[in-house]
Amino acid sequence: MPWTKVYLNVEEMADTLQKEGLRGISYHEAILEAQAQAMESDDRVFIMGEGVDDPGGIFGTTLGLAERFGKDRVMDIPVAENAMTGIAIGAATVGMKPVFVHMRNDFLPMCMDQLVNHAAKLCYMTGGRLHVPLVVRAIIGRGWGSAAQHAQAFHALFMHIPGLKVVMPSTPYDAKGLFLAALDDGNPVMFIEHRWTFNAVGYVPEEMYRVPLGEGIIRREGEDVTIVALSQQVYEAMKAAAILEADGISVEVVDPRTLKPLDEELILSSVSKTRRLVIADVAHRTGSVGAEIVCRIAETSADILVAPIRRVCFPDTPIPASPVLEEAFYPGADDIVEAVREIVKGS
Amino acid sequence: MPEATALDIPADIAIRLSRTMMLIRQFEEKIVDVYGVQDMKTPVHLCIGQEAIAAGVCENLRTDDYILTTHRGHGHCLAKGASPRELYAEFYGRRQGCARGKGGSMHPVAPECGVLGASAIVGGSLPHAVGAALAIKMQGGDRVAVAFFGDGATDEGVFHESLNFAALKTLPVIFVCENNFYAVSSPILARRCNDNIVLHAQPYDMPNEQVDSMDVLKVYHAAHRAVARARAGEGPTLLECRTYRWKGHVGPEADHEKGCRPKEELEDWMQRCPVEYLNQLLLAEGIITEEALAESTREIERELDDALEFARQCPFPDPREVLENVYYTGA
Repeated sequence: MPWTKVYLNVEEMADTLQKEGLRGISYHEAILEAQAQAMESDDRVFIMGEGVDDPGGIFGTTLGLAERFGKDRVMDIPVAENAMTGIAIGAATVGMKPVFVHMRNDFLPMCMDQLVNHAAKLCYMTGGRLHVPLVVRAIIGRGWGSAAQHAQAFHALFMHIPGLKVVMPSTPYDAKGLFLAALDDGNPVMFIEHRWTFNAVGYVPEEMYRVPLGEGIIRREGEDVTIVALSQQVYEAMKAAAILEADGISVEVVDPRTLKPLDEELILSSVSKTRRLVIADVAHRTGSVGAEIVCRIAETSADILVAPIRRVCFPDTPIPASPVLEEAFYPGADDIVEAVREIVKGS
Repeated sequence: MPEATALDIPADIAIRLSRTMMLIRQFEEKIVDVYGVQDMKTPVHLCIGQEAIAAGVCENLRTDDYILTTHRGHGHCLAKGASPRELYAEFYGRRQGCARGKGGSMHPVAPECGVLGASAIVGGSLPHAVGAALAIKMQGGDRVAVAFFGDGATDEGVFHESLNFAALKTLPVIFVCENNFYAVSSPILARRCNDNIVLHAQPYDMPNEQVDSMDVLKVYHAAHRAVARARAGEGPTLLECRTYRWKGHVGPEADHEKGCRPKEELEDWMQRCPVEYLNQLLLAEGIITEEALAESTREIERELDDALEFARQCPFPDPREVLENVYYTGA
């Protein structure tokens, strides 16, 4: 299916889609289009964030929106992340649908009081009398010495908080469809993007469509090992799967797409089949989403695994600056290949 | 009791202010009465002594205006029209509570009359009022939003961030700081260089007033000016309402009983009881009689007794409800 496919380069996509007469666009174009269509069709939607109207347009994802919808609806804001989150919450409780854009995930700790104590709690602590339709777009950076405060990812932290939902689209199709679903959801949704997926290309229909929250997807079917890959690691996992195929190892790649709610059933059914699991994440090891996934498997199906689990993730250190240290820090397709070989060889 | 000054508002408004303050006072005193039994299992932050602010501000508001309040929010909710039955039921953790037993005393809510909830994180609900005001500006109309908060909230960064944005966007919001000079038991001058909270409005070119809030008429007039500006599209106002909390930070005891502050300080402030002050004025002006006042007290007493009885009769939530309302699932 064109909408499930992960294309590893533009040429591959162009060849496939052209034959079928389908439109291919990039991830950042998909997000831009989703926001434009949302604002076009719903007066309640507005975008706020530091620099959302600047010439770079948040890596292209808000480009031209201020000109088209005005600076009151595509609003540059003070560098005051916590209050601005609270302001988005207040507007959301009385009928607006704010989209708060952060160029880096690293700015989210500034918003923690409002996200954790307020956005996540208002529906519950008012017995459902208020709710917070809020989408928080947050981009994970990487490379060029982004270092310790410009390349973090906090999806595991947010996944821990009842009342928040967490979405991590990897493909252009899902970026648009999950964004529109998040905006309709009526709850605070952490919409976590990866800078390195922004130029990824794929089939994206022009019309508005929704990808339901909580439904994962099989990116590639296989028999021997399941790789649950998050966000940008989906691409690394697909590369790894191609390499491993040459070794005669058949890899299944599962992209959960949404971490909360998590498509536990899909993961479990894949692992039940392959009986081996590697988790490829874009964050640190300890207390990670991978740990949660493994725990859920262990809770219900402890006996299905025939090999140890491997987590391919960031080490438990802050993120370094030097290119040499970055290279040592970031895991990619090679590390996934190695992890898979280890557990296949040993069992 | 200070010299009564001439009443400078219409009698019907003055009578409503009196009734609202008495309702709040008696509502809180009833909690003091029943709290010792320990079946109202919620930490109560009482506003006895501070009633003039809730009454004076909310008298200027319409049902479709919004307020945001704090852990010390019973008075604001009552003044805005929230049901005493639903509030008490909430404090008793019952299903008919205003938040279905999920919020307790620190999180009252009444969207039907514009009470958009309360935060028990100091300063936490301040930006929500600004956000509600932003929504009002986007949606059109002349509604306003009010943020009630204590002097402790002005220690928080979110207070300054909220004021800046409200001023920047000329939003219809009124910041009402109830300066009772203590955050829990920390005196204001242990936390700040000065106690002139009102000065924080100046860098934002925001209209501001420091209000003696033992006199509800002064609160009423200051809020009237602020609300008029907000409705006219002239932006936010900061009101520093100087007041005093008779009870401790939490619970029915007074702070001097716990050694947190001098008894004489409380006694001095109690000489300036805001409820008594207005009622004396109304009596002196011949607007009400002693008999009418006594009847009003009894009528409120009956209403609150009924509300307490209602609350105690309400069923508790089903234990399975613990898992409900985590997420909004559609109207």
